[in-house]
Amino acid sequence: MRKENGMTATQPITGPVTEASEQPGATGSPSGGRKPGGDARETLYFALRNPKVIIGMVVVLGFLLLGLLGPAFLRYAPMDYAGPPMAPPSADFPFGTTTFGQDVFAQFVAGLRSTFLVGLLGGGVSAVIGMTIGFVAGYRGGLIDELLNMLTNVVLVIPGFVVLIIINAYLGVRSVPMQALYIGVFSWPWVARAVRAQTLSLRSRDFIDLARLSGVGVGTILRREVAPNMYSYLFMTFVLLFGGSILTAASLDFIGLGPTNAMSLGLMMNQAVQWSALHLGLWWWFIPPGLGITLIVGSLYIMNVGLDEVFNPKLREM
Amino acid sequence: MRGYLARKTLVYGLTFVVAVTLNWLIPRLMPGDPVQRMVARAAVQHPETIASMTEYYERTFGLDLPLWQQYLNYWAALFRGDLGTSVWLFPAPVSQVVLDAVPYTLGIMIPAILLSFVVGNSVGAMAARSRWLDNVALPVGYLITAMPYMWLAILLAWGFGVALGWFPVAGGYDFGLVPQWSWSFALDLLQHWVLPFLSLFLVSLGGWAIGMRNLIIYELESDYANYLAALGAPKRLIRQYAFRNAQLPQITGLALQLGTILGGALVTEIVFAYPGLGKLVLSAIQNQDFFLLQGTLLFVVIGVLVANFVIDIVYVLVDPRTRTGLTGGTA
Repeated sequence: MRKENGMTATQPITGPVTEASEQPGATGSPSGGRKPGGDARETLYFALRNPKVIIGMVVVLGFLLLGLLGPAFLRYAPMDYAGPPMAPPSADFPFGTTTFGQDVFAQFVAGLRSTFLVGLLGGGVSAVIGMTIGFVAGYRGGLIDELLNMLTNVVLVIPGFVVLIIINAYLGVRSVPMQALYIGVFSWPWVARAVRAQTLSLRSRDFIDLARLSGVGVGTILRREVAPNMYSYLFMTFVLLFGGSILTAASLDFIGLGPTNAMSLGLMMNQAVQWSALHLGLWWWFIPPGLGITLIVGSLYIMNVGLDEVFNPKLREM
Repeated sequence: MRGYLARKTLVYGLTFVVAVTLNWLIPRLMPGDPVQRMVARAAVQHPETIASMTEYYERTFGLDLPLWQQYLNYWAALFRGDLGTSVWLFPAPVSQVVLDAVPYTLGIMIPAILLSFVVGNSVGAMAARSRWLDNVALPVGYLITAMPYMWLAILLAWGFGVALGWFPVAGGYDFGLVPQWSWSFALDLLQHWVLPFLSLFLVSLGGWAIGMRNLIIYELESDYANYLAALGAPKRLIRQYAFRNAQLPQITGLALQLGTILGGALVTEIVFAYPGLGKLVLSAIQNQDFFLLQGTLLFVVIGVLVANFVIDIVYVLVDPRTRTGLTGGTA
């Protein structure tokens, strides 16, 4: 109970989750020892009846579809000088054009692709690192735990954004996947902490002892016994990391450290400000990219609250 | 308490070493010859200039020395406060350029952080267990938190600055004024400060409100709250206790959020061309001034570490468990 609540509290602030789950004793029983496949249908049943999950999913999937299918229907490439400069939204150019006559809608659609790619890869990388470190530290304990914990704390305190600026400025990260990779490398610590705390509380359970007695290796125990009991939590963690990566990437792009070979929503805002769209009143240039990010990330957060209710029957009753 | 602070200090010390090492290492991982690249980036044609620039960079980086010696020299220079010379604002020393910009950044960050923390926590505490507020505050809170920092800044600059013309949208003070101690200058400074501050304040607000709401709900379900209710204590009193307990994880959260807020402050300043560290970072990147970039970022790291330490001390003051050596704060 405690952990799920902490989870909701974490959305943007990673604090509560670490605090809440730092006390393993208080961590509620993560759904007993059930096998994951058994209640998948039940989970789906509740998920499809939760308005927050539905709304969040519809918005996110809608943008995803637009990003995936949109380019096929566009007449102009993002950087093409397609029409009259500074044209307000019209039938030909649904989001208007830039000072150079580029189609803002085409840029937006291309930017959506980068946004989802960064979220998926960045979130994925940090989830894998965080979970691996969390599992190993929590399960092994002892010196390994101490060392990994120290590493986690150090990376946690380092302002990751700042290191990303240096890396991007020097190493010239000029592709979306590389950017996502670097973002992932610096955003895993709170995941590692939370996963570690939960693994600690699971480690002393009977079914883990049983697995250990039957001589199964550590990796297998973590994969087959520990992780399935945390699937719901891990999934929600991934959703948060996904949103976080998108926001970080947008900030980097805005500073001018984004990909040079692709369009992104952050880059659109960078160009809009650089070419004084604000003073020229070209609101159609800078509103869509920010609104897109806000809606995608906001929907992810709201979906997460809904998922929390789905996975946690106690919250569901409320 | 001593153990708690000692452990924290160890972590911060280690973090500082790691950060400085990264700062030293990353430029050396740059593909190709860094000196050649930087000379090439300067785009000068004169062979003489190129030769002297190459020599200058070789010497300042100390690239002819063995690696371990370069590393030690870097530390030595650091402790002398020598962060190199800015290329962009030649011949100003980097440390001076950075120190001039720091007050602006702190000036918007500190009030924004403190106010959003206090206001957000109160809003969140009010929203908890009040259906109407909850239904409004929660979705709004999530959307605000999901906003990219610079987008809100852009919206404010456009709405209040350009469209309504209430506030100036660029600079730390009017370009026609000379910094001095006078009322008109202070007023001008304040006018330029409002929008960047507001932008940073608003983005942070949602997160604190949501966090507090969730924590209060959790606290109100706990045994002590039920016990108090069973004793017949007034609701207000129970909520007060819940609020105080819920604040502890929020303070931890504040420490963890510092890096993110700082990143937000940097991009916010860029939108408003506010003369703080963010603008320095942007100028350094645009002008390929790597000494300035590294110096600025090193300052930022130090700032975050100091702030973390301050929060730890606050934590010791508000959480008695850390004082008695029980498990309180998170290491």
